[in-house]
Amino acid sequence: MEVRAVRGVSLEIQRGEFVALMGASGSGKSTLMNILGCLDRPSAGRYVLDRSDVSKLDRDQLADIRNGKIGFVFQGFNLLPRTSARENVELPLLYGGHHLTSAQLREKADAVLASVGLQGREDHHPSQLSGGQQQRVAIARALINDPEVLLADEPTGNLDSRTSVEIMGVFQELNERGITIIMVTHEPDIASYSRRSVVMRDGLVQSDRVVTQRLDAKIEAQKLMHVDEPAQT
Amino acid sequence: MRSVLTALGIIIGVGAVIAMVGIGNGAKAQVQAQIASLGQNVILIFSGSTTSSGIRTGWGGAGTLKIEDAEAIRREVPGVIAVSEEVVSNAQVASGNQNWFTRIYGESAEYLDIRQWPLLDGAPFTSQDVRSANKVCVIGSTTASQIFGGTDAIGQILRIKNVPFTVTGVLTRKGLSTQGVDQDDVVIMPYTSAMKRVAGGTTLRNINVQVADAKDLATGQQQIIDLLRQRHNIRPGRDDDFTVRNQEEIAEAATATADVMTGLLFAIACVSLVVGGIGIMNIMLVSVTERTREIGTRMAVGAHGSDILTQFLIEAVSLSSVGGVIGIIVGVVGSKAISAIKQWPSLISISSIVIAFLFSAAVGIFFGFYPARKAAALDPIEALRYE
Repeated sequence: MEVRAVRGVSLEIQRGEFVALMGASGSGKSTLMNILGCLDRPSAGRYVLDRSDVSKLDRDQLADIRNGKIGFVFQGFNLLPRTSARENVELPLLYGGHHLTSAQLREKADAVLASVGLQGREDHHPSQLSGGQQQRVAIARALINDPEVLLADEPTGNLDSRTSVEIMGVFQELNERGITIIMVTHEPDIASYSRRSVVMRDGLVQSDRVVTQRLDAKIEAQKLMHVDEPAQT
Repeated sequence: MRSVLTALGIIIGVGAVIAMVGIGNGAKAQVQAQIASLGQNVILIFSGSTTSSGIRTGWGGAGTLKIEDAEAIRREVPGVIAVSEEVVSNAQVASGNQNWFTRIYGESAEYLDIRQWPLLDGAPFTSQDVRSANKVCVIGSTTASQIFGGTDAIGQILRIKNVPFTVTGVLTRKGLSTQGVDQDDVVIMPYTSAMKRVAGGTTLRNINVQVADAKDLATGQQQIIDLLRQRHNIRPGRDDDFTVRNQEEIAEAATATADVMTGLLFAIACVSLVVGGIGIMNIMLVSVTERTREIGTRMAVGAHGSDILTQFLIEAVSLSSVGGVIGIIVGVVGSKAISAIKQWPSLISISSIVIAFLFSAAVGIFFGFYPARKAAALDPIEALRYE
């Protein structure tokens, strides 16, 4: 028997959007995320990414799409241990036939690491970095191939609230630079950093609305600093 | 640490292959050196094989070879460059107050040339000595040290069956024969003198024939057989009353044993290589399970199944190759150590090193393939979710 985790979802996401995908566990948001991330194919229906239908592609073709058009950010960072930040970021360039020299790889990786605020940390291994820094490395890895969309699956799930705000700051900054972001989260306050919030329930879209009371990570970060100050004295 | 333990199977396997093949080749080379000490391009004719009455007497048994046979070979078989008539007996020899029991070889003057056996000191007996059956001899180094100790043997008198012989030369050391007989424990004299004064009798034990070229061995052998059958009036269909062996046949027979031993040891070593390969497969399977999330991540960022397959195959092959290289070092050192302790010769050939290395790499590919394919077939979603 076929279980339809997602049924009758019709969702259109424009370039440059910042969408939060919410829903309780079992609502179908993970399945939707896997399809959006080209990790899975829909058993029925169509998924059009960047004007081309990717719902009938085979394993290797999907891998190429993931390599070129999608950047993943995971809850558990998923960095390779015993591997430097730079090498982690270079990883997607090793696949998909880019044929770059090691100097070119290094240059690209260092530039992306700098854009997420990690200059000087290029040679650090994940174990030498804080959770927030590790997630920044993961974001840099997701951005290295200039993807059409950045897919973040509970990106703040393993981070404390302060670091979560920091990562949201990175996302907002990237979004302002025109990068499309789809973020799965179950925390409403994290979702309120996005521009559009989609709530799933029982495999259907329950609500799809623009975030009205949008939080700005810069301001929130400052608020947290003020909260901290009395505690320090 | 875990990699070292994994590679240990390969290290031991390759080390064993290298050491065993090295020792096997060393033994074979030693046998071949002993065969070569017979001389180059030599054909040996032994009297006896089957007598006319049907009693088989074995090599050197019945006296069917005559001096005239040797002369006929010398005269009629093309390609023959040297012939030595040989008679052998054992006797007590003495000089001064020393005596020694040794083998007495009667030979022609060409014998030392056939066997490529130079003199350490003095001069060989001549064909004139052979014609005149002079009482002269040359002695092997063992005999020289037993009878004369450290003193100069040249010109000394050696009494053999109470006949005084003058020692004209001392031979260089030749070592043990393939049968383990000390080849230096000899007295060599003209065969005429040996027949007349020591052994008695009128027949030869065997005839040593040297041909000019290795490719004449087979034809020379056949011509000698034809000639001797004709001279001995052997009708077609009857067995020869002599036995002819050429050096190649003797070498083949002698090295066959060494080959069997080498093959056996190689088979055992291969078993340990297979065991080592299974060890690699085991650790690669563990590695694939442990690194499931890494595999998932790699697939998420665009790795094809083939990329993952290649990655794990390379890891397996580098594990087994590193093991192979260490094994080669262990094997070379080990075989040197064994040959130093046990006084066995060992001979490490480049080809055995290359083959061992390629074999260890092949073991990596063979036993790494299943785990690598398992890794490549993982579903990225499952792999990413794996804890």
